[in-house]
Amino acid sequence: MSLTRQDLDKIAHLARLQITAAESERYVSSLSSIVDFVAELGKVDTQGVAPMAHPLVGQVQRLREDAITETDQHERYQRNAPQVQAALYVVPRVIE
Amino acid sequence: MTLHTQTLAELRQLLDGGKVSSAELTEHFLERLARVGPELNALITLTADQARAQARAADRRRAAGEKGPLLGIPLIHKDIFCTEGVKTSCGSRMLDNFVSPYDATVVSRLKAAGAIMLGKSNMDEFAMGSSNETSFYGPVKNPWDLTRVPGGSSGGSAAAVAAGLCVYATGTDTGGSIRQPAALCGVTGFKPTYGRVSRYGMIAFASSLDQAGVFAHSAADVAQVLGVMAGFDERDSTSVDAPVPDYAAGLAAPLKGLTIGLLREFFDGLEPRNAALVQAGIDELRKLGATTREVSLPHLPLSVPTYYVVAPAECSSNLSRYDGVRFGHRCDNPKDLLDLYERSRGEGFGTEVKRRIMTGTYVLSAGYYDAYYLKAQQVRQLITDEFRRAFQSVDVLVGPTTPTPAFAIGAKVDDPITMYLNDIYTIGANLAGLPAISVPCGFVDDLPVGLQLVGPHFAEGRLLQAAHGFQQVTDWHRRRPPAYA
Repeated sequence: MSLTRQDLDKIAHLARLQITAAESERYVSSLSSIVDFVAELGKVDTQGVAPMAHPLVGQVQRLREDAITETDQHERYQRNAPQVQAALYVVPRVIE
Repeated sequence: MTLHTQTLAELRQLLDGGKVSSAELTEHFLERLARVGPELNALITLTADQARAQARAADRRRAAGEKGPLLGIPLIHKDIFCTEGVKTSCGSRMLDNFVSPYDATVVSRLKAAGAIMLGKSNMDEFAMGSSNETSFYGPVKNPWDLTRVPGGSSGGSAAAVAAGLCVYATGTDTGGSIRQPAALCGVTGFKPTYGRVSRYGMIAFASSLDQAGVFAHSAADVAQVLGVMAGFDERDSTSVDAPVPDYAAGLAAPLKGLTIGLLREFFDGLEPRNAALVQAGIDELRKLGATTREVSLPHLPLSVPTYYVVAPAECSSNLSRYDGVRFGHRCDNPKDLLDLYERSRGEGFGTEVKRRIMTGTYVLSAGYYDAYYLKAQQVRQLITDEFRRAFQSVDVLVGPTTPTPAFAIGAKVDDPITMYLNDIYTIGANLAGLPAISVPCGFVDDLPVGLQLVGPHFAEGRLLQAAHGFQQVTDWHRRRPPAYA
Protein backbone atom coordinates (compact mmCIF):
# COMPACT_ATOMS: atom_id res chain seq x y z
CA MET A 1 0.00 0.00 0.00
CA SER A 2 1.34 3.41 -0.93
CA LEU A 3 0.61 6.71 0.73
CA THR A 4 -0.18 9.73 -1.40
CA ARG A 5 0.98 13.28 -1.02
CA GLN A 6 -2.50 14.11 0.32
CA ASP A 7 -2.25 11.37 2.96
CA LEU A 8 1.14 12.70 4.03
CA ASP A 9 -0.09 16.28 4.28
CA LYS A 10 -3.02 15.14 6.39
CA ILE A 11 -0.75 13.16 8.74
CA ALA A 12 1.64 16.11 9.05
CA HIS A 13 -1.27 18.38 9.91
CA LEU A 14 -2.63 15.94 12.53
CA ALA A 15 0.87 15.82 14.05
CA ARG A 16 1.17 19.64 13.87
CA LEU A 17 4.38 19.45 11.86
CA GLN A 18 5.26 21.90 9.13
CA ILE A 19 6.80 19.92 6.30
CA THR A 20 8.37 21.56 3.25
CA ALA A 21 7.42 20.39 -0.26
CA ALA A 22 10.81 18.73 -0.72
CA GLU A 23 10.54 16.93 2.63
CA SER A 24 7.01 15.86 1.78
CA GLU A 25 8.19 13.99 -1.35
CA ARG A 26 10.78 12.05 0.64
CA TYR A 27 8.38 11.26 3.48
CA VAL A 28 5.73 9.91 1.07
CA SER A 29 8.27 7.37 -0.10
CA SER A 30 9.83 6.43 3.27
CA LEU A 31 6.51 6.31 5.17
CA SER A 32 5.03 4.12 2.43
CA SER A 33 7.88 1.66 2.80
CA ILE A 34 7.48 1.64 6.60
CA VAL A 35 3.72 1.06 6.29
CA ASP A 36 4.39 -1.81 3.86
CA PHE A 37 7.02 -3.21 6.22
CA VAL A 38 4.71 -3.26 9.25
CA ALA A 39 1.78 -4.57 7.17
CA GLU A 40 3.42 -8.00 7.58
CA LEU A 41 1.79 -8.09 11.02
CA GLY A 42 -1.59 -8.40 9.30
CA LYS A 43 -0.74 -11.98 8.29
CA VAL A 44 -0.38 -13.16 11.89
CA ASP A 45 -3.28 -15.07 13.42
CA THR A 46 -4.01 -13.18 16.64
CA GLN A 47 -7.51 -14.56 17.22
CA GLY A 48 -8.22 -14.45 20.95
CA VAL A 49 -4.92 -12.77 21.90
CA ALA A 50 -5.41 -9.85 24.28
CA PRO A 51 -3.37 -6.79 23.23
CA MET A 52 -0.45 -6.39 25.61
CA ALA A 53 -1.08 -3.71 28.21
CA HIS A 54 2.07 -3.97 30.33
CA PRO A 55 5.45 -5.67 29.84
CA LEU A 56 5.34 -7.31 33.27
CA VAL A 57 2.75 -9.96 34.09
CA GLY A 58 0.10 -8.83 36.51
CA GLN A 59 1.50 -5.32 36.88
CA VAL A 60 -1.01 -2.53 36.91
CA GLN A 61 -0.58 1.19 37.08
CA ARG A 62 -0.24 2.25 40.71
CA LEU A 63 -2.66 4.72 42.24
CA ARG A 64 -1.77 7.20 44.94
CA GLU A 65 -3.64 9.26 47.46
CA ASP A 66 -5.29 12.31 45.94
CA ALA A 67 -3.11 14.63 47.98
CA ILE A 68 -1.22 17.76 47.00
CA THR A 69 2.46 16.87 46.66
CA GLU A 70 3.70 19.61 44.34
CA THR A 71 4.74 23.01 45.59
CA ASP A 72 4.43 26.20 43.54
CA GLN A 73 7.66 26.51 41.55
CA HIS A 74 6.36 28.32 38.50
CA GLU A 75 9.18 30.87 38.43
CA ARG A 76 11.73 28.10 38.22
CA TYR A 77 9.85 26.19 35.56
CA GLN A 78 9.04 29.27 33.51
CA ARG A 79 12.72 30.15 33.14
CA ASN A 80 12.66 27.75 30.17
CA ALA A 81 9.59 29.34 28.59
CA PRO A 82 10.00 31.30 25.35
CA GLN A 83 7.66 34.10 26.48
CA VAL A 84 6.11 34.77 29.89
CA GLN A 85 4.11 37.73 31.15
CA ALA A 86 2.65 38.06 34.66
CA ALA A 87 3.45 34.37 35.27
CA LEU A 88 1.44 33.40 32.20
CA TYR A 89 2.71 31.73 29.03
CA VAL A 90 2.23 34.07 26.09
CA VAL A 91 0.88 32.71 22.78
CA PRO A 92 -0.49 34.43 19.67
CA ARG A 93 -4.02 35.79 20.03
CA VAL A 94 -6.54 32.93 19.94
CA ILE A 95 -9.84 34.78 20.45
CA GLU A 96 -10.53 37.84 18.32
CA MET B 1 49.84 4.26 35.73
CA THR B 2 47.07 4.92 33.24
CA LEU B 3 44.07 5.88 35.32
CA HIS B 4 41.61 5.58 32.45
CA THR B 5 42.17 1.83 32.01
CA GLN B 6 41.49 0.92 35.64
CA THR B 7 38.31 -0.82 36.72
CA LEU B 8 35.90 0.70 39.21
CA ALA B 9 37.14 -1.64 41.92
CA GLU B 10 40.77 -0.74 41.19
CA LEU B 11 40.04 2.97 41.25
CA ARG B 12 38.18 2.61 44.52
CA GLN B 13 41.22 0.92 46.02
CA LEU B 14 43.48 3.71 44.80
CA LEU B 15 41.11 6.30 46.25
CA ASP B 16 40.66 4.47 49.56
CA GLY B 17 44.40 3.97 49.87
CA GLY B 18 45.08 7.66 49.25
CA LYS B 19 47.15 6.86 46.13
CA VAL B 20 45.05 9.26 44.10
CA SER B 21 42.39 11.85 44.94
CA SER B 22 39.09 12.28 43.21
CA ALA B 23 40.27 15.75 42.19
CA GLU B 24 43.31 14.22 40.43
CA LEU B 25 41.23 11.49 38.84
CA THR B 26 38.73 14.05 37.58
CA GLU B 27 41.50 16.25 36.13
CA HIS B 28 42.91 13.22 34.33
CA PHE B 29 39.61 12.58 32.56
CA LEU B 30 38.95 16.28 31.90
CA GLU B 31 42.35 16.48 30.24
CA ARG B 32 41.51 13.48 28.03
CA LEU B 33 38.11 14.94 27.20
CA ALA B 34 39.72 18.22 26.15
CA ARG B 35 42.40 16.47 24.09
CA VAL B 36 40.58 13.64 22.31
CA GLY B 37 36.92 14.36 23.08
CA PRO B 38 36.28 16.78 20.20
CA GLU B 39 37.43 14.40 17.44
CA LEU B 40 34.95 11.76 18.69
CA ASN B 41 32.13 14.30 19.20
CA ALA B 42 31.05 12.13 22.12
CA LEU B 43 29.86 14.99 24.31
CA ILE B 44 27.18 17.63 23.88
CA THR B 45 28.01 19.44 27.12
CA LEU B 46 31.16 19.39 29.22
CA THR B 47 30.56 20.21 32.90
CA ALA B 48 34.16 20.72 34.02
CA ASP B 49 33.47 23.25 36.80
CA GLN B 50 30.70 21.19 38.38
CA ALA B 51 32.88 18.08 38.08
CA ARG B 52 35.76 19.77 39.92
CA ALA B 53 33.41 20.94 42.69
CA GLN B 54 31.89 17.44 42.99
CA ALA B 55 35.38 15.93 43.13
CA ARG B 56 36.44 18.21 45.97
CA ALA B 57 33.23 17.29 47.83
CA ALA B 58 33.90 13.58 47.24
CA ASP B 59 37.43 13.93 48.59
CA ARG B 60 36.03 15.58 51.72
CA ARG B 61 33.49 12.78 52.14
CA ARG B 62 36.20 10.14 51.80
CA ALA B 63 38.46 12.01 54.23
CA ALA B 64 35.57 11.94 56.70
CA GLY B 65 35.58 8.16 56.50
CA GLU B 66 32.83 7.53 53.96
CA LYS B 67 33.22 4.52 51.69
CA GLY B 68 31.30 3.69 48.55
CA PRO B 69 31.89 1.93 45.25
CA LEU B 70 31.20 5.05 43.16
CA LEU B 71 32.36 7.81 45.52
CA GLY B 72 34.64 10.23 43.66
CA ILE B 73 34.64 8.30 40.38
CA PRO B 74 33.81 10.14 37.12
CA LEU B 75 30.95 9.25 34.78
CA ILE B 76 29.14 10.71 31.79
CA HIS B 77 25.35 10.91 31.57
CA LYS B 78 23.49 10.42 28.32
CA ASP B 79 21.91 13.77 27.46
CA ILE B 80 18.45 12.21 27.79
CA PHE B 81 18.66 12.44 31.61
CA CYS B 82 17.54 15.70 33.14
CA THR B 83 20.34 17.36 35.11
CA GLU B 84 19.47 20.33 37.30
CA GLY B 85 20.99 23.58 36.09
CA VAL B 86 22.66 21.88 33.11
CA LYS B 87 21.54 21.91 29.48
CA THR B 88 19.56 18.75 28.68
CA SER B 89 19.09 18.62 24.90
CA CYS B 90 18.19 14.98 24.12
CA GLY B 91 20.25 15.49 20.96
CA SER B 92 17.60 17.81 19.53
CA ARG B 93 17.38 21.38 18.33
CA MET B 94 14.00 21.36 20.10
CA LEU B 95 15.75 21.28 23.49
CA ASP B 96 18.97 23.07 22.54
CA ASN B 97 17.94 25.90 24.90
CA PHE B 98 16.54 23.70 27.70
CA VAL B 99 18.19 23.87 31.13
CA SER B 100 16.56 21.28 33.34
CA PRO B 101 15.05 22.59 36.59
CA TYR B 102 15.45 19.18 38.26
CA ASP B 103 17.49 15.96 38.33
CA ALA B 104 16.31 12.62 36.95
CA THR B 105 16.16 9.92 39.63
CA VAL B 106 19.10 8.13 37.97
CA VAL B 107 21.11 11.35 38.25
CA SER B 108 20.14 12.12 41.85
CA ARG B 109 20.87 8.55 42.99
CA LEU B 110 24.33 8.57 41.42
CA LYS B 111 24.97 12.09 42.72
CA ALA B 112 24.09 10.96 46.24
CA ALA B 113 26.55 8.08 45.86
CA GLY B 114 29.27 10.64 45.13
CA ALA B 115 29.62 10.07 41.37
CA ILE B 116 31.35 12.88 39.47
CA MET B 117 29.52 14.07 36.32
CA LEU B 118 32.02 15.09 33.63
CA GLY B 119 29.39 15.95 31.04
CA LYS B 120 26.43 14.92 28.91
CA SER B 121 26.89 12.55 26.01
CA ASN B 122 25.83 12.91 22.40
CA MET B 123 22.98 10.72 21.20
CA ASP B 124 20.52 10.17 18.40
CA GLU B 125 17.79 12.82 18.53
CA PHE B 126 15.24 11.81 21.21
CA ALA B 127 16.99 8.39 21.19
CA MET B 128 15.59 7.62 17.74
CA GLY B 129 18.37 6.07 15.73
CA SER B 130 20.86 3.22 15.57
CA SER B 131 23.95 5.11 14.42
CA ASN B 132 24.04 8.43 16.31
CA GLU B 133 23.65 10.17 12.95
CA THR B 134 20.27 11.74 13.78
CA SER B 135 21.79 13.96 16.50
CA PHE B 136 21.37 17.73 16.02
CA TYR B 137 25.00 17.96 17.19
CA GLY B 138 26.42 15.71 14.47
CA PRO B 139 27.45 12.06 14.51
CA VAL B 140 29.70 10.52 17.16
CA LYS B 141 32.74 8.69 15.75
CA ASN B 142 33.60 5.12 16.64
CA PRO B 143 36.93 5.11 18.56
CA TRP B 144 37.96 1.89 16.75
CA ASP B 145 37.61 3.57 13.35
CA LEU B 146 36.70 7.24 13.04
CA THR B 147 34.98 6.69 9.69
CA ARG B 148 32.42 4.39 11.31
CA VAL B 149 29.35 4.87 13.48
CA PRO B 150 29.43 4.06 17.21
CA GLY B 151 25.88 2.70 17.06
CA GLY B 152 22.95 4.37 18.73
CA SER B 153 21.09 5.83 20.23
CA SER B 154 23.48 6.01 23.22
CA GLY B 155 26.48 6.33 20.87
CA GLY B 156 28.25 9.08 22.81
CA SER B 157 28.18 7.12 26.07
CA ALA B 158 29.48 3.96 24.37
CA ALA B 159 32.27 5.81 22.53
CA ALA B 160 33.27 7.72 25.69
CA VAL B 161 33.67 4.54 27.73
CA ALA B 162 35.51 2.77 24.88
CA ALA B 163 37.94 5.68 24.48
CA GLY B 164 38.59 5.99 28.21
CA LEU B 165 36.96 9.42 28.56
CA CYS B 166 35.10 8.30 31.70
CA VAL B 167 34.96 5.17 33.85
CA TYR B 168 31.33 4.36 33.09
CA ALA B 169 28.34 6.03 31.48
CA THR B 170 24.57 5.94 31.61
CA GLY B 171 22.39 5.12 28.65
CA THR B 172 18.84 4.22 27.74
CA ASP B 173 17.58 1.28 25.72
CA THR B 174 14.22 1.37 23.94
CA GLY B 175 15.03 -1.06 21.11
CA GLY B 176 18.73 -1.79 21.61
CA SER B 177 20.12 1.69 22.29
CA ILE B 178 22.53 0.44 24.98
CA ARG B 179 23.40 -3.04 23.72
CA GLN B 180 23.90 -2.18 20.03
CA PRO B 181 26.39 0.71 20.61
CA ALA B 182 28.09 -1.34 23.36
CA ALA B 183 28.66 -4.12 20.80
CA LEU B 184 29.87 -1.72 18.10
CA CYS B 185 32.27 0.08 20.49
CA GLY B 186 33.59 -3.01 22.30
CA VAL B 187 32.25 -2.28 25.79
CA THR B 188 29.83 -3.98 28.17
CA GLY B 189 26.28 -2.60 27.99
CA PHE B 190 23.41 -3.56 30.24
CA LYS B 191 19.65 -3.02 29.89
CA PRO B 192 17.76 -4.01 33.05
CA THR B 193 14.20 -5.35 33.33
CA TYR B 194 11.51 -2.82 32.41
CA GLY B 195 10.69 -0.89 35.59
CA ARG B 196 13.89 -1.85 37.45
CA VAL B 197 15.45 1.62 37.07
CA SER B 198 13.32 4.75 37.40
CA ARG B 199 12.26 6.60 34.25
CA TYR B 200 11.60 9.82 36.20
CA GLY B 201 13.44 12.67 34.51
CA MET B 202 14.48 10.48 31.59
CA ILE B 203 13.08 12.20 28.52
CA ALA B 204 10.35 9.92 27.18
CA PHE B 205 10.50 8.25 23.77
CA ALA B 206 8.33 5.09 24.03
CA SER B 207 7.25 4.76 27.64
CA SER B 208 6.37 1.03 27.60
CA LEU B 209 9.83 0.18 26.23
CA ASP B 210 12.23 2.80 27.67
CA GLN B 211 14.67 1.58 30.30
CA ALA B 212 17.85 3.12 31.71
CA GLY B 213 21.09 1.17 31.98
CA VAL B 214 24.87 1.26 32.08
CA PHE B 215 28.00 1.16 29.89
CA ALA B 216 31.24 0.04 31.51
CA HIS B 217 34.29 -2.08 30.74
CA SER B 218 33.08 -5.17 32.56
CA ALA B 219 30.06 -6.89 34.05
CA ALA B 220 31.68 -6.42 37.48
CA ASP B 221 31.70 -2.63 36.98
CA VAL B 222 28.11 -2.70 35.69
CA ALA B 223 27.05 -4.60 38.82
CA GLN B 224 28.42 -1.83 41.05
CA VAL B 225 26.65 0.94 39.14
CA LEU B 226 23.36 -0.91 38.68
CA GLY B 227 23.19 -1.54 42.42
CA VAL B 228 23.04 2.23 42.93
CA MET B 229 20.75 3.07 39.99
CA ALA B 230 18.13 0.38 40.49
CA GLY B 231 15.18 0.45 42.85
CA PHE B 232 11.64 1.61 43.40
CA ASP B 233 10.74 5.23 42.72
CA GLU B 234 7.26 6.48 43.48
CA ARG B 235 7.70 9.22 40.87
CA ASP B 236 7.71 6.64 38.05
CA SER B 237 4.27 5.05 37.69
CA THR B 238 5.70 1.83 36.22
CA SER B 239 8.63 1.52 38.63
CA VAL B 240 8.74 -1.94 40.19
CA ASP B 241 8.55 -2.15 43.96
CA ALA B 242 10.88 -5.11 44.51
CA PRO B 243 14.09 -5.41 46.54
CA VAL B 244 17.38 -4.89 44.68
CA PRO B 245 19.81 -7.77 45.26
CA ASP B 246 23.50 -7.13 45.87
CA TYR B 247 24.58 -7.70 42.27
CA ALA B 248 28.30 -7.27 43.00
CA ALA B 249 28.26 -9.83 45.82
CA GLY B 250 26.58 -12.42 43.59
CA LEU B 251 29.00 -12.16 40.67
CA ALA B 252 31.32 -15.00 41.56
CA ALA B 253 28.68 -17.76 41.62
CA PRO B 254 29.77 -20.64 39.34
CA LEU B 255 28.07 -21.20 36.00
CA LYS B 256 27.89 -24.95 36.41
CA GLY B 257 24.35 -26.10 35.79
CA LEU B 258 23.35 -22.99 33.85
CA THR B 259 21.18 -23.87 30.86
CA ILE B 260 21.75 -21.66 27.85
CA GLY B 261 19.17 -21.39 25.11
CA LEU B 262 20.47 -20.93 21.58
CA LEU B 263 17.77 -19.06 19.79
CA ARG B 264 17.46 -20.33 16.25
CA GLU B 265 16.02 -17.01 15.05
CA PHE B 266 19.06 -15.15 16.44
CA PHE B 267 21.34 -16.77 13.90
CA ASP B 268 19.30 -15.99 10.78
CA GLY B 269 20.88 -13.27 8.67
CA LEU B 270 24.00 -13.13 10.81
CA GLU B 271 27.29 -12.39 9.08
CA PRO B 272 29.35 -15.65 9.07
CA ARG B 273 32.39 -14.16 10.78
CA ASN B 274 30.18 -12.65 13.50
CA ALA B 275 28.46 -16.01 13.87
CA ALA B 276 31.83 -17.75 14.40
CA LEU B 277 32.72 -15.35 17.23
CA VAL B 278 29.33 -15.78 18.87
CA GLN B 279 29.77 -19.55 18.61
CA ALA B 280 33.22 -19.30 20.19
CA GLY B 281 31.71 -17.26 23.02
CA ILE B 282 29.07 -19.92 23.61
CA ASP B 283 31.83 -22.55 23.70
CA GLU B 284 33.56 -20.58 26.48
CA LEU B 285 30.34 -20.63 28.50
CA ARG B 286 30.09 -24.39 27.93
CA LYS B 287 33.65 -24.86 29.23
CA LEU B 288 32.55 -23.06 32.39
CA GLY B 289 29.92 -25.74 32.97
CA ALA B 290 26.90 -24.36 31.16
CA THR B 291 24.82 -26.67 29.01
CA THR B 292 23.11 -25.58 25.81
CA ARG B 293 19.90 -26.44 24.05
CA GLU B 294 18.33 -25.04 20.95
CA VAL B 295 15.08 -23.12 21.28
CA SER B 296 12.82 -21.36 18.80
CA LEU B 297 10.59 -18.30 19.11
CA PRO B 298 8.64 -18.43 15.84
CA HIS B 299 7.18 -14.93 16.18
CA LEU B 300 10.49 -13.25 17.06
CA PRO B 301 11.28 -12.26 13.44
CA LEU B 302 8.20 -10.02 13.69
CA SER B 303 9.73 -8.00 16.50
CA VAL B 304 11.05 -5.24 14.21
CA PRO B 305 7.69 -4.53 12.48
CA THR B 306 5.94 -4.80 15.86
CA TYR B 307 8.38 -2.29 17.34
CA TYR B 308 7.94 0.11 14.39
CA VAL B 309 4.25 0.35 15.21
CA VAL B 310 4.40 0.47 19.01
CA ALA B 311 7.43 2.76 19.43
CA PRO B 312 6.35 5.45 16.90
CA ALA B 313 2.81 5.37 18.34
CA GLU B 314 4.12 6.09 21.83
CA CYS B 315 6.62 8.63 20.46
CA SER B 316 3.95 10.59 18.62
CA SER B 317 2.01 10.86 21.87
CA ASN B 318 5.01 11.65 24.10
CA LEU B 319 6.45 14.26 21.75
CA SER B 320 3.16 16.14 21.47
CA ARG B 321 4.30 18.04 24.59
CA TYR B 322 6.80 20.01 22.50
CA ASP B 323 4.51 22.81 21.42
CA GLY B 324 6.70 25.91 21.52
CA VAL B 325 4.72 27.30 24.46
CA ARG B 326 6.17 26.19 27.79
CA PHE B 327 9.74 25.19 26.95
CA GLY B 328 11.86 24.22 23.99
CA HIS B 329 12.19 25.77 20.56
CA ARG B 330 9.72 28.44 19.43
CA CYS B 331 9.61 29.72 15.84
CA ASP B 332 10.02 33.44 15.13
CA ASN B 333 6.94 35.65 14.63
CA PRO B 334 4.15 33.05 14.67
CA LYS B 335 1.08 34.42 12.91
CA ASP B 336 -1.39 32.34 14.92
CA LEU B 337 -1.44 29.40 17.34
CA LEU B 338 -1.48 26.73 14.63
CA ASP B 339 1.48 28.39 12.91
CA LEU B 340 3.27 28.47 16.27
CA TYR B 341 2.78 24.72 16.77
CA GLU B 342 3.54 23.64 13.22
CA ARG B 343 6.61 25.77 12.61
CA SER B 344 8.11 25.30 16.11
CA ARG B 345 7.80 21.53 15.72
CA GLY B 346 8.78 21.52 12.05
CA GLU B 347 11.96 23.49 12.83
CA GLY B 348 12.74 21.91 16.20
CA PHE B 349 12.59 18.24 15.18
CA GLY B 350 14.97 16.54 12.75
CA THR B 351 14.14 14.28 9.82
CA GLU B 352 14.01 10.95 11.66
CA VAL B 353 12.03 12.24 14.63
CA LYS B 354 9.44 13.74 12.27
CA ARG B 355 9.29 10.45 10.39
CA ARG B 356 8.58 8.55 13.62
CA ILE B 357 6.00 11.07 14.83
CA MET B 358 4.17 10.78 11.50
CA THR B 359 4.40 6.97 11.48
CA GLY B 360 2.91 6.97 14.96
CA THR B 361 0.24 9.48 14.03
CA TYR B 362 -0.72 7.32 11.07
CA VAL B 363 -0.96 4.01 12.96
CA LEU B 364 -3.04 5.64 15.69
CA SER B 365 -5.36 7.55 13.38
CA ALA B 366 -9.06 6.75 12.98
CA GLY B 367 -9.57 3.69 10.79
CA TYR B 368 -6.03 2.36 11.24
CA TYR B 369 -5.77 1.92 15.01
CA ASP B 370 -7.10 -1.67 15.05
CA ALA B 371 -5.18 -2.81 11.97
CA TYR B 372 -1.83 -1.50 13.16
CA TYR B 373 -1.60 -0.53 16.81
CA LEU B 374 -3.92 -3.13 18.33
CA LYS B 375 -2.52 -5.81 16.03
CA ALA B 376 1.04 -4.93 17.03
CA GLN B 377 0.17 -5.11 20.73
CA GLN B 378 -1.28 -8.59 20.10
CA VAL B 379 1.85 -9.77 18.28
CA ARG B 380 3.89 -8.23 21.09
CA GLN B 381 1.94 -10.42 23.51
CA LEU B 382 2.68 -13.50 21.37
CA ILE B 383 6.41 -12.71 21.36
CA THR B 384 6.37 -12.12 25.13
CA ASP B 385 4.56 -15.44 25.70
CA GLU B 386 7.16 -17.24 23.57
CA PHE B 387 9.99 -15.77 25.65
CA ARG B 388 8.20 -16.87 28.83
CA ARG B 389 7.85 -20.42 27.51
CA ALA B 390 11.51 -20.49 26.48
CA PHE B 391 12.57 -19.48 30.00
CA GLN B 392 10.73 -22.51 31.39
CA SER B 393 13.46 -24.70 29.92
CA VAL B 394 16.51 -22.40 29.81
CA ASP B 395 18.07 -19.88 32.21
CA VAL B 396 19.40 -17.42 29.66
CA LEU B 397 19.24 -16.97 25.91
CA VAL B 398 22.51 -16.30 24.14
CA GLY B 399 23.18 -14.94 20.67
CA PRO B 400 24.64 -12.01 18.76
CA THR B 401 23.90 -8.39 19.66
CA THR B 402 24.04 -7.08 16.09
CA PRO B 403 24.06 -8.62 12.58
CA THR B 404 27.34 -6.89 11.60
CA PRO B 405 30.13 -4.82 13.19
CA ALA B 406 30.10 -1.00 12.96
CA PHE B 407 29.20 0.32 9.50
CA ALA B 408 30.46 3.44 7.76
CA ILE B 409 29.04 6.85 8.67
CA GLY B 410 26.49 7.71 5.97
CA ALA B 411 26.07 4.14 4.72
CA LYS B 412 22.47 3.66 5.84
CA VAL B 413 21.07 7.15 6.35
CA ASP B 414 18.92 7.13 3.22
CA ASP B 415 17.16 3.87 3.93
CA PRO B 416 15.19 3.80 7.20
CA ILE B 417 14.21 0.10 6.96
CA THR B 418 17.84 -1.04 6.56
CA MET B 419 18.74 1.16 9.54
CA TYR B 420 15.86 -0.27 11.62
CA LEU B 421 17.04 -3.84 10.94
CA ASN B 422 20.26 -3.17 12.90
CA ASP B 423 18.18 -3.78 16.00
CA ILE B 424 16.76 -7.12 14.86
CA TYR B 425 18.38 -9.07 17.72
CA THR B 426 17.87 -6.49 20.45
CA ILE B 427 14.24 -5.34 20.05
CA GLY B 428 12.68 -8.58 21.35
CA ALA B 429 13.96 -7.95 24.89
CA ASN B 430 12.37 -4.49 24.89
CA LEU B 431 9.00 -5.72 23.66
CA ALA B 432 8.93 -8.32 26.44
CA GLY B 433 10.53 -6.03 29.08
CA LEU B 434 13.44 -8.44 29.64
CA PRO B 435 16.93 -7.69 30.98
CA ALA B 436 19.80 -8.18 28.53
CA ILE B 437 23.53 -7.54 28.32
CA SER B 438 26.07 -7.21 25.51
CA VAL B 439 29.68 -8.20 26.15
CA PRO B 440 32.65 -7.99 23.75
CA CYS B 441 33.42 -11.40 22.19
CA GLY B 442 36.01 -10.72 19.49
CA PHE B 443 36.84 -8.71 16.40
CA VAL B 444 36.03 -8.76 12.69
CA ASP B 445 38.42 -6.61 10.63
CA ASP B 446 39.63 -4.93 13.86
CA LEU B 447 36.06 -3.96 14.77
CA PRO B 448 34.46 -5.25 17.98
CA VAL B 449 31.62 -7.78 18.01
CA GLY B 450 29.14 -8.28 20.85
CA LEU B 451 27.65 -11.38 22.47
CA GLN B 452 24.16 -10.86 23.87
CA LEU B 453 22.62 -12.60 26.86
CA VAL B 454 18.90 -12.21 27.59
CA GLY B 455 17.26 -13.33 30.82
CA PRO B 456 13.79 -13.61 32.32
CA HIS B 457 12.31 -10.66 34.23
CA PHE B 458 14.46 -9.59 37.21
CA ALA B 459 17.29 -12.02 36.32
CA GLU B 460 19.81 -9.14 36.33
CA GLY B 461 21.99 -11.01 38.80
CA ARG B 462 22.07 -14.18 36.70
CA LEU B 463 23.00 -12.26 33.54
CA LEU B 464 25.78 -10.39 35.33
CA GLN B 465 27.12 -13.68 36.76
CA ALA B 466 27.20 -15.28 33.31
CA ALA B 467 28.83 -12.21 31.74
CA HIS B 468 31.33 -11.96 34.61
CA GLY B 469 32.18 -15.67 34.29
CA PHE B 470 32.77 -15.15 30.57
CA GLN B 471 35.00 -12.15 31.27
CA GLN B 472 37.06 -14.15 33.78
CA VAL B 473 38.20 -16.49 30.99
CA THR B 474 38.34 -14.05 28.06
CA ASP B 475 40.07 -10.70 27.64
CA TRP B 476 38.05 -9.12 24.82
CA HIS B 477 36.63 -6.61 27.31
CA ARG B 478 40.15 -5.44 28.17
CA ARG B 479 41.05 -4.50 24.60
CA ARG B 480 41.15 -0.76 23.98
CA PRO B 481 41.02 1.13 20.70
CA PRO B 482 44.74 1.57 19.82
CA ALA B 483 44.44 5.34 19.38
CA TYR B 484 42.95 5.74 22.88
CA ALA B 485 44.78 3.09 24.90
